[in-house]
Amino acid sequence: MTTRIFVPCDTTALAMGADAVAAELAQLAHARGADVEIIRNGSRGLFWLEPLVEVQTDAGRIGFGPVEVEDVASLVEAGLFAGSTEHSLALGLVEEIPFLKNQQRLTFARSGITDPVSIEDYLALDGFNGLQKALQLDSQQIIDEVKASGLRGRGGAAFPTGIKWQTVLNAPAEQKYIVCNADEGDSGTFADRMVMECDPYMLIEGMTVAGLAVGATQGYIYLRSEYPVAHRLMNEAIKRAYAAGYLGENLLGSGKQFELEVRLGAGAYICGEETSLLESLEGKRGLVRAKPPLPAIVGLFGQPTVVNNVLSLAAVPFIMDKGGDTYASYGMGRSLGTLPMQLAGNVKQGGLIELAFGATLRELMEDFGGGTYSGRPLRAVQVGGPLGAYLPESQWDTPLDYESFAAVGAVLGHGGVVMFDDTVDMGEQARFSMEFCTVESCGKCTPCRIGSTRGVEVIDRIREGENTDANLELLADLCETMVDGSLCAMGGMTPFPVQSVMKHFPEDLQR
Amino acid sequence: MSGLPQWTPELIQAEIDALKHKPGALLPILHAIQDKFGYVPPEAVPQIGDALHQTRAEIHGVISFYHHFRTAAPGTHTLQICRAEACQSMGSRALEAHAKASLDIDYHGTTADREITLEPVYCLGNCACAPSVRIGDEIHGRVTPQKLDRLVSRLTTRALELK
Repeated sequence: MTTRIFVPCDTTALAMGADAVAAELAQLAHARGADVEIIRNGSRGLFWLEPLVEVQTDAGRIGFGPVEVEDVASLVEAGLFAGSTEHSLALGLVEEIPFLKNQQRLTFARSGITDPVSIEDYLALDGFNGLQKALQLDSQQIIDEVKASGLRGRGGAAFPTGIKWQTVLNAPAEQKYIVCNADEGDSGTFADRMVMECDPYMLIEGMTVAGLAVGATQGYIYLRSEYPVAHRLMNEAIKRAYAAGYLGENLLGSGKQFELEVRLGAGAYICGEETSLLESLEGKRGLVRAKPPLPAIVGLFGQPTVVNNVLSLAAVPFIMDKGGDTYASYGMGRSLGTLPMQLAGNVKQGGLIELAFGATLRELMEDFGGGTYSGRPLRAVQVGGPLGAYLPESQWDTPLDYESFAAVGAVLGHGGVVMFDDTVDMGEQARFSMEFCTVESCGKCTPCRIGSTRGVEVIDRIREGENTDANLELLADLCETMVDGSLCAMGGMTPFPVQSVMKHFPEDLQR
Repeated sequence: MSGLPQWTPELIQAEIDALKHKPGALLPILHAIQDKFGYVPPEAVPQIGDALHQTRAEIHGVISFYHHFRTAAPGTHTLQICRAEACQSMGSRALEAHAKASLDIDYHGTTADREITLEPVYCLGNCACAPSVRIGDEIHGRVTPQKLDRLVSRLTTRALELK
């Protein structure tokens, strides 16, 4: 009987040497005449275990990790091909690993189980059920289902997805567009990347349903150029979806049309801002547009456009298949459903954690993360990317939902959590926030363009002990000007991490 | 730059003609040219402008806006070091200092033997196994200064074998 062995092929697994492991396994299997099939699956998101090699057994899939190429010979010697767990890297049944078992995976239910570009694998695990249902419904019925789910935009702004779709449906136009924002630039985030690398058909299905819902026949995925693996896998999946009739002018014989294309960004963080992204898609400098008009009314090429984050669109197949009410039965308050959090930075067990809203940051970092990678005490946590506040220990019991975070002056953003141990210099982190804005500001508005440069200078003076009190006052004033006077969130939120350092870690700024 | 063809106006025009019909064609065209020749030669600007009915200033404005596009030939290999927060928390500041010192160049610079161009990057999405670097289309995680030295020496060794 053929033994099925899984070696992941997402960016992190590859970055930790998965290709060499797969090649070595294949070679040893060949040398021993073992009947082995090596499948390149997506990642489970248990990144500290990558490359996580899995072997199919009668009891389920057994994991071994992290496997380095040097470990392969001893694994094979110990009976890997027979599913033996007699090796120090053996982890037992993968589904029983607490980090995975204690999650509520709706969006990432298939991640790491399947070969990401296999349509058969996708279909075997509920794939395209949502599209099949959507093809039986009219536009308003689809949107009502999404509204019932309570889904809010997962890119960071948390705007209700159903209402955005309704606006586009109600806007009369010959041509409408679905644009997927896959410019996942926040440090500490990789959930979008995982969707595209580990379960790309889910995104294709979600975008197609969105197209049916609002009457859009063209979709674009605006993907950052920093994600070469996602680019390759997403394009391969789109090609296969076209060939199988899941994309194109006659979706599954329904007579309905949806075309999809990946467009690459070019290393500009600001293009994650939706109006800047649209400018970039149109072939222009990524300058932020003033709102209104909203992109839902005047979007890509001046037409009504849905701009949604990858995770928002990826939630749609589940909602259509299992029902909006089922999705809404997860979560708390006005934050319904699940939020894929990403645990990163100085963390022992980093990776993707999909949970219903409401767990606390501390549970995430301690129960799932197991503390810091360095073993030193945890000191500060940045949640929500480079524009998110640094949280001190007193705020770690904040529940993970949009409103609770806003109440302590923080943001959940796209769900990235970056942990820092006690060797961090928070003054340096505050300076970096301003420096990042000088590099990435689109330059359209003065508070952001000039304010960030002045911010770096003032922080340098404070750190050098020059007129400290007066310069701290100036910095506070500058932050306020940027927050109130900037055109978009880039300049408007860059001060958040700076202000959090001034408030919670002032000793670092003046040492 | 080794491995990539030298550009000619005809070759540039072929890239433009293959994509100019697309809505919002400029970024796809610039990517195609840079992927093929390693950079976007300044001489390509008027050609692109003609094809898209835009001014040279508009094309130049777009090229200069995006960090990804370059207008001069890079070294044989491009090494990007992630400067973003998750990598900072795992020692990327020391890693970038080590890279600059050992290669004897700053960011955007190319080594004297034209083997390696050093670039900053803000997040490669490998944040749970930081710090990260990218060489060509390969991403590497948990990169210590020692591991970086090994990666770099592998690159330069490989290049010598080709000669």
